Amino acid sequence: MGVRYLGAEVQRMEDPRLLTGHGRYVDDIKLEGMLHAAFLRSSQAHAKIHSIDITAASDLVGVHRVFTLADLGVNYQKPMNQLYPAPVIEQNKTQYPLAKDEVCYVGETIAVVIADSRAIAEDALALINVEYKTLPAVIDVRTALEEGSPLAHSDTESNLMGKMRSKFGDIEDAFNKADHVFSAGFMQHRGGCHSMETRGVIARDDPWGDGLTIWTSAQSPYLIRRALANWLGEPEEKIRVIAPDVGGGFGPKAGFYPEEIVIPLVARIMERPVKWIEDRQEHFVSTTTQRDQYWDLEVACNVDGKILGLRGKVTHENGAYIPYGILLPNSSLTPLPGAYSIPAIDVGVDIIFTNTVPNSPVRGAGRPCGIYAVERMVQVVSRKLGIDPAVVRRRNYVRPEQMPYETGAKLRGGDPVVYDSGDYEALLDKVLELSDYESFKDRQIAARKEGRFLGIGISSCIEDTGMGPYEGTTVRVDASGKVIVKTGAASQGQGHHTMISMIVADNLGVKPEDIIFESADTAKFPHGIGAIGSRIAANVAPSAFDAASKVREKAIKLAAEILETAEADLDIESGIVRVNGAPDVSISLGELAVKLTPPSSTRVPTGFEPLLEATSFEGSAGSPIASGSNVAEVEVDNGTGEVKVLRYSVAHDCGIMINPMIVHGQIVGGVVHGIGNALFERMIYDKQGQPLTMNYGEYLLPLASEMPRIDVTHMETPSPLNSLGVKGAGEGGTIPAAAAVIAAIENALEEFSVEIDYYPVDPQYLLGLIDSSIDSKSSSRLS
Amino acid sequence: MPDIREIQVSVNGEDHSAKVETRTSLGDFLRQNLGLTGTHLGCEHGVCGACTVILDGEAVRSCLMLAVQANGHEVTTVEGLAGEEGELHPLQEAFWKHHGLQCGFCTPGMLTSLVAFLRDNPNPSERDIREAISGNICRCTGYQGIVDATLEAAKVMQGRV
Repeated sequence: MGVRYLGAEVQRMEDPRLLTGHGRYVDDIKLEGMLHAAFLRSSQAHAKIHSIDITAASDLVGVHRVFTLADLGVNYQKPMNQLYPAPVIEQNKTQYPLAKDEVCYVGETIAVVIADSRAIAEDALALINVEYKTLPAVIDVRTALEEGSPLAHSDTESNLMGKMRSKFGDIEDAFNKADHVFSAGFMQHRGGCHSMETRGVIARDDPWGDGLTIWTSAQSPYLIRRALANWLGEPEEKIRVIAPDVGGGFGPKAGFYPEEIVIPLVARIMERPVKWIEDRQEHFVSTTTQRDQYWDLEVACNVDGKILGLRGKVTHENGAYIPYGILLPNSSLTPLPGAYSIPAIDVGVDIIFTNTVPNSPVRGAGRPCGIYAVERMVQVVSRKLGIDPAVVRRRNYVRPEQMPYETGAKLRGGDPVVYDSGDYEALLDKVLELSDYESFKDRQIAARKEGRFLGIGISSCIEDTGMGPYEGTTVRVDASGKVIVKTGAASQGQGHHTMISMIVADNLGVKPEDIIFESADTAKFPHGIGAIGSRIAANVAPSAFDAASKVREKAIKLAAEILETAEADLDIESGIVRVNGAPDVSISLGELAVKLTPPSSTRVPTGFEPLLEATSFEGSAGSPIASGSNVAEVEVDNGTGEVKVLRYSVAHDCGIMINPMIVHGQIVGGVVHGIGNALFERMIYDKQGQPLTMNYGEYLLPLASEMPRIDVTHMETPSPLNSLGVKGAGEGGTIPAAAAVIAAIENALEEFSVEIDYYPVDPQYLLGLIDSSIDSKSSSRLS
Repeated sequence: MPDIREIQVSVNGEDHSAKVETRTSLGDFLRQNLGLTGTHLGCEHGVCGACTVILDGEAVRSCLMLAVQANGHEVTTVEGLAGEEGELHPLQEAFWKHHGLQCGFCTPGMLTSLVAFLRDNPNPSERDIREAISGNICRCTGYQGIVDATLEAAKVMQGRV
């Protein structure tokens, strides 16, 4: 067995199709007799619905039918199911697929029009008359628990959804014995996914045949199948969910949406396929976003910068409903204490309803927030004590000899957080070298003489990747010798086809182009989990490796019998089993497959099971912990408040890299998401709950012209938790980025003693901080 | 009643005669009437650039243009960039080599925008390229692979590699 592909920069097998316009995204699918849907969405943040008049809309030429909740059928007058039940959810609020009598955010689905075309369906939306009684809305999460605050749901007594806490070590002792205690408060805002492909669903029902088939732009097709089956009270086997090509996901496409109930139901009722494609305006109001967290922290440290403890409180904006359990607040706490050995932590989070779109993880979920919080406090220690931020980090890192290092925190499933491998200080050294950190002071002084303000910032992170339980793979050789590889893992651009094919090709001895790859279709593989939390590589790579190994063993064993030679003398190359030293004696994998799928009246060779096939669910024995250190170098225009990221350097460790080109793409793309969080992306609601940033002129995404070149270097510390030593790489670029950029901005403005307590750092805010420093007035957005 | 007009338009070198509603965008016409689903609609308000096609040599947003406005014009979509035998355009080759795409959704608009750009700017700098695609949003790549691919494609197209 020769390793030719693992670790090589293999060009992606997905690409020729996508480059020539032959991708197959949901909206590219056209079915015979298909109708088109458009949703009427709430224009109010909080209101009772008195009446919905659909008469005029129903009468429009080209409209087939208009549905409200009542029209879906007597069995379906119920709210959606909770995907991730948890004891801390004190008020389990999920929405109805179409509103019943109360709407709790702008964008909530109220009715759906089914018509010959999308254009006609949209025309009809304007003819539906909803009579609302406006209710007070709660928007500012900071006042949402005060007495007399409006309530996000009229049938509740409090906006508190639940509380969580991460507590370990002797926190009182840490704060009692520390030389210093410093505090900081800050707001973190993360926007939406803004995948370039919006969401979309097509459903077709064949009651006497295949049942329901649903094409949806999603990260977790099996989760949708299960959720829909549960909600409908029907067997999973009669529901097929396919995620075809998906144009980006980044978290919000990993859930289960009202449209994924409504479109299948109306397709069934109409007895015709129905398509709904979200438009960009709908994306702004109906696709889940991450939004606001307010952190108030205290750090206990000694004079040398050694951190002894961290405590405080987080106020987490949940939006109006809980489609997604507590994944987001939970993953905000579990990364504490970051890359550092902090013996005691006590941080609690209040999870609070507001009348805004429900929230969900966006790339990194809560991890970027948790890491930002730790890195912020490291910056505070560095600044207060006047110690170089790199030195403070060196004095606090978890060291390689401490691995496996149990932090004291718990993962969502209750397992302890254990750092399995890595060398965080070595990563820091690498990124300091890559970024010319040592000579930065010279650059800064030279620029300052020209009236320019340069700054540099460091951020380190850990990331729990590869959460279980598994992501299985089947490998089968067919009679033609082609290798069919099937998995439940759905891709939204991460290159799973290439990555998995490389592993199978190496292990089985075939060419990647002889692999037929099928994924993200519940009819093709029995069960999968989903592309979330940088989990695919660390789960599917081991299962693909194992399944291919088993097929190889079976092929070698059978070939040895047929060729009458010892197994040890056989090797497989390009799909042919050959005898070492006798190249003319061979049998192809296709011929072996035929022996195991013989025609009638013949036998499968004695001692062999039918099919040249194996399935594996091998994954990782715990979460492999990836790590990284980043350095951002920025220039701040103190006249306009504009921040330019001049350089950005990354040292990252995701264990053994299967395809370094794909890893590089994940890291660079991830960093840009983080820079977007730090400087640009902000979903703004007014006090009545009306969204104000509703297009890409108002909601700013990172553009090529604003992004720096990003330099990346890698360390490969193999994870001991899986057979290939891999760790996830999907979010490690995003997680530390905002902290690096914001530390760099503060560094650039050191002479103004600017303390950033809010991101995204827009020019207006930054100018306010500079001016207030000059005038010695506070202009914090938090006050 | 919908206002319907007949239009003649050449797409990827093929003449089409079609009846379209006047309110139909060029993007919807290409996708729905002609089945050319390589052109993607990302924002439908002219910012993201995914729907970019080449009209008489210029990059235009097919979401901001009506199909009737294309009457009598020549359109090239992403499906028309590769050679007759299916050989990839040098820019497509370079995108493949430099990992200039992940999910692939913005890719058609990136390619069409850059093909038009490279015709007018055969020897661009990195900064030029970044400005040229500042009206095309990619949410996956961080743009770096796209920029590197374009720098290389420019060299290949000039016969400098």
